[in-house]
Amino acid sequence: MKIHEYQGKEILRQFGVPTPRGVACFSVDEAVAVAQQLGGAAWVVKAQIHAGGRGKGGGVKVARLPEEVKRAAQQILGMHLVTHQTGSGGQVVRRLLIEEGAQIIKEFYLGMVIDRSEQRVALLASSEGGMEIEEVATHNPEKIHKVWIDPVAGLTDDESDDVSRKIGIPEAALAQARACLQGLYRAFVEKDAMLAEINPLVLTADGRVLALDAKFNFDSNALYRHPEIVAYRDLDEEDPAEIEASKFDLSYISLDGDIGCLVNGAGLAMATMDIIKLYGGSPANFLDVGGGASKEKVTEAFKLMLKNPKLKAILVNIFGGIMKCDVIAEGVVAAAREVHLNVPLVVRLEGTNVELGKKILAESGLPIISGNDMADAAEKVVAAARGA
Amino acid sequence: MSILIDKNTRVMTQGMTGKVGQFHTVNCQAYANGANCFVAGVNPKKAGESFEGIPVYASVRDAKVATGATVSVIYVPPSGAAAAIDEAVEAELDLVICITEGIPVHDMLRTRYKMFGKKTLLIGPNCPGLITPDEIKIGIMPGHIHKKGRIGVVSRSGTLTYEAVGQLTSLGLGQSSCVGIGGDPINGLKHLDVMRLFNDDPETDAVIMVGEIGGSDEEECARWIKDNMKKPVVGFIAGITAPPGKRMGHAGAIISGGQGGAEDKLAVMEECGIHITRNPAEMGRVMQKILKGY
Repeated sequence: MKIHEYQGKEILRQFGVPTPRGVACFSVDEAVAVAQQLGGAAWVVKAQIHAGGRGKGGGVKVARLPEEVKRAAQQILGMHLVTHQTGSGGQVVRRLLIEEGAQIIKEFYLGMVIDRSEQRVALLASSEGGMEIEEVATHNPEKIHKVWIDPVAGLTDDESDDVSRKIGIPEAALAQARACLQGLYRAFVEKDAMLAEINPLVLTADGRVLALDAKFNFDSNALYRHPEIVAYRDLDEEDPAEIEASKFDLSYISLDGDIGCLVNGAGLAMATMDIIKLYGGSPANFLDVGGGASKEKVTEAFKLMLKNPKLKAILVNIFGGIMKCDVIAEGVVAAAREVHLNVPLVVRLEGTNVELGKKILAESGLPIISGNDMADAAEKVVAAARGA
Repeated sequence: MSILIDKNTRVMTQGMTGKVGQFHTVNCQAYANGANCFVAGVNPKKAGESFEGIPVYASVRDAKVATGATVSVIYVPPSGAAAAIDEAVEAELDLVICITEGIPVHDMLRTRYKMFGKKTLLIGPNCPGLITPDEIKIGIMPGHIHKKGRIGVVSRSGTLTYEAVGQLTSLGLGQSSCVGIGGDPINGLKHLDVMRLFNDDPETDAVIMVGEIGGSDEEECARWIKDNMKKPVVGFIAGITAPPGKRMGHAGAIISGGQGGAEDKLAVMEECGIHITRNPAEMGRVMQKILKGY
């Protein structure tokens, strides 16, 4: 689960990482009032959306007068901010962060990730702040320093100072950098994050070290023990179809194509998308109904897929293990009746009680196309989508 | 022979008395030699009771001492599952199979740290388990789709493993053992670990390796295969069409920072001499063709 920058900074401050003073705003008037309260000679008006690359897209502006804050807020609030992470439609800006300006001398990058091969939390640090870390990794991999953190010892003072020196933090600022690095690590672990970034971490003209940005992605499997993180959720930033799906415990992701897929199991669901593509079609979604899909769940899954105006056909691919094919077949028939299915439906069943399942489909009187195996089903659904 | 488990393996079940644990314990008991293999359950609150004739013990250690079980299968809910693995590791079991889906990643990081230097092997979490056909099934896979034979199967996914097995069985190709290593980013045995075991198993002739997007386990396994594997390997990677940055059901299945993509994995696997297919419906047929050629 992702959160906004200003929320990430709230978390960082709780863990002793200094950030510029700032307040989140929802209107132009609020933005101007906040700037006046903050005082100072300059302010930064920052669009709050979950995607990165906001600056390049025109979502971050520096203002030196209250009127400039007003103008910037007017421009940014409500805009469709397009970045390399939003897709071509962009994301509507509904919240702003107004912050005091900082005189930046140098920018750094800090990141925390879970390293799968080492099975440790890894700190990534670089002198190349403010840039996409992927670009640094491609062009200057030697400028990224990694520290694998011992879960019992945590990030030690020595490790922190060592990596700080490597990225060019001056001796006088090492103690401040320690607060940032160790605070970020503690926040990462205690809040069950999967990814955290401060990009950039900056050194200011008055010798302070500050987190100028904050990005967090949390482990959805751990949200049950973090109601304070769940409270940060902003549904405006999420795909409505995915929100709807999560209510029914369905794993759903919208894609660009026109063939809906309903599958049990994440791996088989991905493979089903792949085989549709292989036979010349294009999947409209990823949808995993899980191991124990009920009739209700299957019906909701059909409703979700049918909300997509591009949808031209549906492929149901079930390998019944725990889930019995006859139960799924009954669910498919009931769902098809209830939602008044108006696109061709191809069903491939395999596994436990497969014959019974096929019989239920055949006797339903519904125009269901039966796929004998995965390849046959994929071929048939691609043909059906073309004919529709 | 087979890898990791056979008809003589003795198994305890942690989380046996829950709804999920009960359902699968009954199915595992009913499969092949299961009635003799599943000898204990663990639940501190229900020690002294029994389920389907299987006695429940207060701890993993008690169950091990009383029954001689050396393997554990875990159905404990996510919030307690990592602690259940820790208990099995502390009791020095040989093998722990954790079926539980949805364990927080940081819990698994701590558990894997504690496992360092210990003898216990871990399969999973978030996996279907493993099976040696006609001998023993430990986990949630449908037993009836399997057939005893000489092909090994290793996979990160559940139903996609069944798909591979189903294709093999329908072509008359039986399996030596099938191992689901799980879809989580922090897990126990990797493709490479299981591949080594298949390489050393005299009753395995060839292996199907099913991977998916995310991480670099498949690449590491492929490089090892290039230098060490004496048997043919067929490979498939799910997620060619997956968009970057999205979690595709499995927490481990996410392409991040341009790494972990299916095409990159397939390219490395092909370079290393693995017989790859981009068609998930062809895994069995590719294997059949290769075996005829050998």
